[in-house]
Amino acid sequence: MLRLPRFSYLRPASLAEAVAMLADHGAQSSVIAGGTDLLPKMKRRQVQPAVLVGIAHLEALSHLETTASGAAEIGASRTLTSVLKDAGLAHHQPGYAQAAGLVSTPALRNTGTVGGNLCVDTRCNYYDMTEDWRTASGSCLKTGGELCRLASSSPRCWAISSSDTAPIAVALGATAVVAGPEGERDVPVASLYRDDGNAHLALGRGEILTRLRLPAPDGWRSSYVKLRRRSSMDFPLAGAAVALKIDRGVVEGCRLVLGAVASQPVELSDLVHGLVGQRLDEEAIEEVASGASRLAKPLDNADLSYVWRKRMVKEIVARAFRQAAMSEVAAVV
Amino acid sequence: MLRLRVNGETHETLAESSETLLEILRERLGLTGTKHGCEVGECGACTVLLDGAPVLACLVLPDQIEGAEVTTVEGLADGSALHPLQEAFVALGASQCGYCTAGMLLSAKALLDEQPDPTRDEIRAALAGNVCRCTGYASIVDAVAQAARTLQGAR
Amino acid sequence: MSAPREWAGRRLGAVPGGADDGDGTFRVVGKAMPRVDAVAKVTGTTVYADDLSFPGTLHCVLLRSPRPHARIRSIDVQEAAGLPGVVAVLTGAAMPTRFGVSPSSEEEQALAADKVRYVGEPVAAVAARDEATAREACKMIHVDYELLEPVTSIDRALEVPMDEPIHASSRDSNIHRLAAVEFGDVEEGFAASDHVREDVFFYEGSNHLAMEEHSATAIFSDGQLTVWSSTQSPHSVHRALSSVVGLPMGHVRVVATPHGGGFGGKVDPCAHEIVVAKLAMITGRPVKCTLTREEVFYNHRGRHPVLMWVRTGVTRDGRIRAMHFRTALDGGAHGSLGAATTYYTGALQPATYDLPAYRFEGCRVFTNKAPCGPKRGHGTPQPRFALELHLDKLAEDLGMDPVELRRRNYVRPNSRTVNGLRITSCAIEKVTDEVLAASGYSRRERREGHGQGFAVSAYLCGAGTPMYLNRMPHSEVALKVDRGGVTVFCGATDIGQGSDSVLATLVAEELGLERSDVRLVTGDTGLTPVDLGSYSSRVTFMAGNAAIEAARKMRTTLAAAAAEHSGGRPAEMTVAGGRIGPLSFEEAVAAAEELYGTLGSVGSYAPPPGISTSKYRGSAVGPSPAFSFSAAVVDLDADRVSGEVRVNKVWIAHDIGRALNPVLVRGQVEGGVYMGLGEALMEAQAYRNGLLHHPSVLEYKTPLSSDMPEIEYLIVEQPDPEGPYGAKEVGQGPLLPVVPAVVSAIHDALGVWVDEVPVTPDKILRALDARARGNDPRTGPRAFPKIPYPPCEKVAIPDAATAAV
Repeated sequence: MLRLPRFSYLRPASLAEAVAMLADHGAQSSVIAGGTDLLPKMKRRQVQPAVLVGIAHLEALSHLETTASGAAEIGASRTLTSVLKDAGLAHHQPGYAQAAGLVSTPALRNTGTVGGNLCVDTRCNYYDMTEDWRTASGSCLKTGGELCRLASSSPRCWAISSSDTAPIAVALGATAVVAGPEGERDVPVASLYRDDGNAHLALGRGEILTRLRLPAPDGWRSSYVKLRRRSSMDFPLAGAAVALKIDRGVVEGCRLVLGAVASQPVELSDLVHGLVGQRLDEEAIEEVASGASRLAKPLDNADLSYVWRKRMVKEIVARAFRQAAMSEVAAVV
Repeated sequence: MLRLRVNGETHETLAESSETLLEILRERLGLTGTKHGCEVGECGACTVLLDGAPVLACLVLPDQIEGAEVTTVEGLADGSALHPLQEAFVALGASQCGYCTAGMLLSAKALLDEQPDPTRDEIRAALAGNVCRCTGYASIVDAVAQAARTLQGAR
Repeated sequence: MSAPREWAGRRLGAVPGGADDGDGTFRVVGKAMPRVDAVAKVTGTTVYADDLSFPGTLHCVLLRSPRPHARIRSIDVQEAAGLPGVVAVLTGAAMPTRFGVSPSSEEEQALAADKVRYVGEPVAAVAARDEATAREACKMIHVDYELLEPVTSIDRALEVPMDEPIHASSRDSNIHRLAAVEFGDVEEGFAASDHVREDVFFYEGSNHLAMEEHSATAIFSDGQLTVWSSTQSPHSVHRALSSVVGLPMGHVRVVATPHGGGFGGKVDPCAHEIVVAKLAMITGRPVKCTLTREEVFYNHRGRHPVLMWVRTGVTRDGRIRAMHFRTALDGGAHGSLGAATTYYTGALQPATYDLPAYRFEGCRVFTNKAPCGPKRGHGTPQPRFALELHLDKLAEDLGMDPVELRRRNYVRPNSRTVNGLRITSCAIEKVTDEVLAASGYSRRERREGHGQGFAVSAYLCGAGTPMYLNRMPHSEVALKVDRGGVTVFCGATDIGQGSDSVLATLVAEELGLERSDVRLVTGDTGLTPVDLGSYSSRVTFMAGNAAIEAARKMRTTLAAAAAEHSGGRPAEMTVAGGRIGPLSFEEAVAAAEELYGTLGSVGSYAPPPGISTSKYRGSAVGPSPAFSFSAAVVDLDADRVSGEVRVNKVWIAHDIGRALNPVLVRGQVEGGVYMGLGEALMEAQAYRNGLLHHPSVLEYKTPLSSDMPEIEYLIVEQPDPEGPYGAKEVGQGPLLPVVPAVVSAIHDALGVWVDEVPVTPDKILRALDARARGNDPRTGPRAFPKIPYPPCEKVAIPDAATAAV
């Protein structure tokens, strides 16, 4: 059977100690919460950290609170299942809860965490392969090689952002709280990512994502639509997150974020800008959805054909808009 | 020395930090009822319950089980009396080659513990991470539904 | 144990000359009962191959080739052998003998010595104190490869090899096998047709994805080798082991462990089974090897990708006059059972339709990919897919209902097909009626994107010819009865299909016992008489008949003893309800032991000679003692915009002869439908740049529980005259009609043809786009390659006289 490489497991007593441990061990170390992303990659020898710093047990990362206004603060080590079961979140943050519920399978949601899904490694079907397969194929930019196997002339890695919760968090204007050697800082989730498959997180060495803050809905509605082959288990082939504020059919504010079409979530602010002040009718939805499909550039490194995935961006964006428009205006306005 | 509770019994065993619960159960404790079909969290064969919730043993490290209660297929029956889920799987032929059965049973048990009267779609969704190649899932869904009725009748 | 309370299917049809459950004639046969091993399976106590552990076991890991096609210049194992914990390192030089599941294709070496032919081919093996050490040592083995041009497609394989052919045995080409045979005069048939149509289809290859990864453990002690393995055919492994490790068959024992799924993937003797045996002989210690999931994909032996061309001539009223069928199979790097697969792609077209003239040309090529072999339906799902869709298109051309077109050409019971197959029991009309009535196909709802598709199929109840030529029985059973109870010994292997339960059912019925009174020892070449293995849907029919013969002999013995003991006549000794005449079963056994000493009886089965009359190259493939027939209707919605398909429901009717145990039957039917849906919509053992595209459970897509539609199954029971209690197969047939019915339903829904599976959403959109541009509304292969088929062997149509069977 596939087994893990050897490593030292460290169990810090506090968040500060965890940060210090990561700083001490540098590039040799990795933080681990649920492990559902990291451990398979270690078994396939895609990454082989010598030191794992466990953070799942830390109190500082495990709280979950929804205020009366609907603003939520979720500890990064909360499991996706615990998010789904939270009535406050389901009520106030339906788009986020929807996305969390679409991640993988029930058993993996029981272990996989809120922070883990936001940070989930980029994926590529030249990279997410076993050691033997990659030996046969040759190493790629993401495994220390000289060449991108997808686009051999490319100077950069095109692995795909594959988080379901990241696009909706960006659309909701969420904030990530990050702890590091210099203390805590707030980072808009939109700024958490970089368009580089080989270094997709804008986090410094030793930094840990500790909490996710979702702002109060304040009349905004949200929705996430995931494209995948099967009804469970699969990573997104594309995702569309929509946050929408509508008053009597007229758009007052709108954010659209695509997932799984680039190395980071792609916010299409210019595209939806024109919607503000307009009625959100089928024609408007169709126009925005077509625009999103035009702008999306999926590549041939995930399941099914990239041509189809690009085409389907239009469909899922349209579905997300319709869903968001139909969803009840979040309570406590 | 790792202390863990499996099926109500406390075990003390040596385990490397890099050994997963799957290896500990099968190779250290001799509990081979938990199966493996991929070892990277994609097939569901190694599903066990950790404090009542289904998890994949192939992706659980020793630190996560310290102090937790693990339930495996060997812990489902009450002595020689089968759990209603096991009875239903037997009666309806929901176990054919039997290799996915342990994981199926535990995913199903977690569902029924939380939702005693699930719809068929809820059953299907709860088992969506457990791959079965023999049954086409129909008899499994029937068996879970039947066990739910039995358990409700017993309440 | 309670009987099933939920029984979703229906059993149909009177049972002439016998009785169904309810009127008491059968006590065990026909009853819905749990599997004999069900409790062990749900309590986790079943010991599968990887669950076995012996003291002092060494763990073996195989080093596999990272190159698709290369000569091996040298292998340096020195560094690996020196790693602490490593006990032995093995290369192909130590095992030069070649083997293969079929004697016609013995070209494999357990460890490749001279060249590698696919990525993943084993080249060396390490036995070490633990798996991690063995794996580490494998990385220290240095293989010097001289790269050769890889061949990765049928088209390339048909060209002159760039460097050298993949196998020297295929001379200067990569063609493994060619078949060309003509029954009747096809050109005359086309000339007499009112309409002739040609189509090209492609069926992608797929893996079995059995949940259990292959595993084997070997012990060599006192000159005796024992191998425990998750094999479907311990007999095949037995033969290959004996030959490669050089021990007489009598010094080798193969035990088939309880099985975590086969579907054809564990029929071939595998490299790891031979390697652990050799390493056990070298080290004197138990040696175990369990493959990883990735290795299972490399070991493969799965569904062949097949390109097909079919030309059919029909009269205006829909009667087929002639059919010409061509296939090209991408065989991968080795033969496996591929010669048989090639013939199977042409064998069963006449088993459903009465073809007055039929020409078949088949070709299997070697490519530098994982070897293809037998998967559920073995070589027949691909041509069935092509044939059924081709008939749909013919019906459309003629303006005829597609069901009616088929009905006008259905084979009849007790007939002889154009290629000499003997058809006896045949409920093809009945399965058609049932599935149409249940689904409401002919009055189906017409709405945007909704459709239904219909298809029929036939499958064998066991291959009529053994895998290697011999005139011995295909299945043998021994029965031991004494004061200690009843034990059935049979080489048959329960791979999850329930063959152990079937054997116990038949023996219990014959001896008037409960099924729980019958103990089983199966799949152990050291203890059980030979059975060829669990493939070609043969076990119920063949081992079942052998078991019945053994049990009847025993019954006669016991009845004679009971008569002697009680002063009656043997004929008066009713055997039922645990009694033999006036005696209890135990008393009768004691009486028989007193009278005759040790009690034993044997039974065996070989197919009757009349199952095939025609003799031609390839005629060993196709004949069977009986055929099952299946019909399916698939109901689905297909989205015009996204190309996504949602299957709503599948109705399947299956002609099983008799359902020996409805619980098992249901499992096989629904499992077959599931696998058919998987192949129709998702499953693909596909390659990119010579490397497997999806060697993982996550990326090799199969339907999950939440993807499955409702299945309504209809069991048609019209007992077969030669089947055990009339039973026929059910393990493979129900898969066959599902795949074409899905594609037919997509056409019904959207008006476009997708002439290749799996049907992914992008293929549907490509066909819709083509229509929008005014082109042929179709996605699929454009042309069939030019293949140097030999001249057709002309075979006379069987005599009408032989049709009276």
